Amino acid sequence: MKYNVDNKGFYGDFGGSYIPEMLFSNIDELRKNYLNIVNKDSFEKEFNYYLNKYVGRPTPLYYANRLSEKYRAKIYLKREDLCHTGAHKINNTIGQILLAKALKKKKIIAETGAGQHGVATATVCALMGMDCVIYMGEVDIQRQKPNVERMRILGADVRPALSGSKTLKDATNEAMRHWINNPDDTHYIIGSVVGPHPYPDMVARFQSVISKELIYQLNKVENRNYPDFIIACVGGGSNAAGIFYHYLENSKVNLIGVEAAGLGVSTNKSAATTKLGKKGVLHGSKTLLMQDENGQVTEPYSISAGLDYPGIGPLHAHLFNSKRCEYLSVEDDEAMNAGIELSRLEGIIPAIETAHAFSVFDKLNIKGKIVVINLSGRGDKDLETYIKWGKY
Amino acid sequence: MNRITNLFKEKKNNILSIYFTAGYPSLNDSIEIIKTLDECNVDLIEIGMPFSDPIADGPIIQNSSNIAINNGMNLNVLFDQLADIRKITEIPIILMGYVNPVYQFGYDKFIKKILDCHLDGLILPDLPFDDYKIQFKSIFDKKNLSFISLITPNTSEDRIKQIDNNSNGFIYMVSSSSITGKKSSFNKNQIQYFNRINSLSLKNPKIIGFGISDKESFEQACKYSNGAIIGSNFIKSLDKNDLSKSIRKYIRLIK
Repeated sequence: MKYNVDNKGFYGDFGGSYIPEMLFSNIDELRKNYLNIVNKDSFEKEFNYYLNKYVGRPTPLYYANRLSEKYRAKIYLKREDLCHTGAHKINNTIGQILLAKALKKKKIIAETGAGQHGVATATVCALMGMDCVIYMGEVDIQRQKPNVERMRILGADVRPALSGSKTLKDATNEAMRHWINNPDDTHYIIGSVVGPHPYPDMVARFQSVISKELIYQLNKVENRNYPDFIIACVGGGSNAAGIFYHYLENSKVNLIGVEAAGLGVSTNKSAATTKLGKKGVLHGSKTLLMQDENGQVTEPYSISAGLDYPGIGPLHAHLFNSKRCEYLSVEDDEAMNAGIELSRLEGIIPAIETAHAFSVFDKLNIKGKIVVINLSGRGDKDLETYIKWGKY
Repeated sequence: MNRITNLFKEKKNNILSIYFTAGYPSLNDSIEIIKTLDECNVDLIEIGMPFSDPIADGPIIQNSSNIAINNGMNLNVLFDQLADIRKITEIPIILMGYVNPVYQFGYDKFIKKILDCHLDGLILPDLPFDDYKIQFKSIFDKKNLSFISLITPNTSEDRIKQIDNNSNGFIYMVSSSSITGKKSSFNKNQIQYFNRINSLSLKNPKIIGFGISDKESFEQACKYSNGAIIGSNFIKSLDKNDLSKSIRKYIRLIK
């Protein structure tokens, strides 16, 4: 149990609840109630119902034949890209909107980077008939236009975050400010395993359906319930947390997180937090954080809007610190090439975030091993970025 | 001696506290601002330590913080500026900001600097109580420094009492559920909240902040507390070209 959150909301040195008093009652309400609510049979039943009938779970575990041949490993893809709305994000939003309903909240707010979490939130708000406001950095609104329009079609009010780097971090700031201004009837659906306790634990629990299915599915095809490697991309780290979850205590499984190095970790255009970050406090938790020597948060960069966050979830900071998980970082071009390779070998165009996870085969000793990659999202939203990059 | 406690001993009403962002409008303006506030007989001064991601602040303080950071403000610079501040003023001075810059500076070093500069207190709204108890409390108690906590309309009575027991100086009553810089004339709910807090007979005095923007809201806040804090609107009134004149003009409008 050494990788679980403790009763004060910490993973080792990381986590906690560093919030101004204006958010205390909301966070405290969540902290006191979330386990009771999500552990109820009726909650679990409803959650599973929507995951099954609405999201389309369980997602397939697909044996990637040509990819396996090329890298001489047994490579399986956990097909979260086939979830309704195109990414794993909806696992969490279904869970949180049911929780919000149980807490009798009327309105939902969320932040989004690539727009996948925003779309997943707008979707469940439409499903449950709740008002929805999504904050998105102005820069991300430009580079993820299709998702912005999807959110609007779904009835969400998409508001640009105009401060700072105008990306995910700033959208999160704006969502928190909105929550401070509207504490009574509003629930904030955070999209990743970040934020004050209990968010990192809560989001990881909702995403843990991924590794729960994996255990069962691997057992069927490989006659053992664990792989040698699990690889996932890490921005805040929710898809990685979800697919690592049930394997954290199984030391036979090598857990690999892949961060976005942007133009390179030695440039100032990067988002590789474990390489560039120091311990710090942002958005309510103590974690690894990209910052300058004065504690001002650095503006991250990645070609993928979903990975350019200056921190990682406190669980990942702990997994990194305790060496339970290995974190690699890959540059924009490596990720884009891997995205094209997956498209050509398996007929799957991945989200650019996800493509990062496909670009580390040569950096790992996977020959003859069973490897599972979390195919966390599909690339439809990224066509414009692929086209602009153009090297295919 | 703690200047904050002394202030509240001597003055029970209409305490005017001014908040400004260090390093704004220009890097070296802090001293001139403090000096002018002293000449205007302001009662308390809060110096904002700028942070890149001020989640409790509205557009005005976001903007002043950004400009201050770009001007080169950081804690080393600020403490250098404040080294001889007691030659200029005896007004109580409180530092206010977010955890991360202080955490990077180092808590112990930070406390030492507060003592070296003869400052009086600290407000770190996103510092959890547990961290305060471990990192700050014993030295703050020993050196008679004030750690000021916020309460809001949603803070439970139990928690208010806990905060009151662990605070010295005053309690910072956030006027409504909101970020800084939202203008408000108080509505019925807020007045109910002020009355509710007053009926708790807390040991600490209370100052109301957030949304205090002019003479009217200042006077109204003072009816329900020992005084009020003005931040965003003061910052907005600062005129780079004639700083001290703009400060005098603004304070005259309030007092």
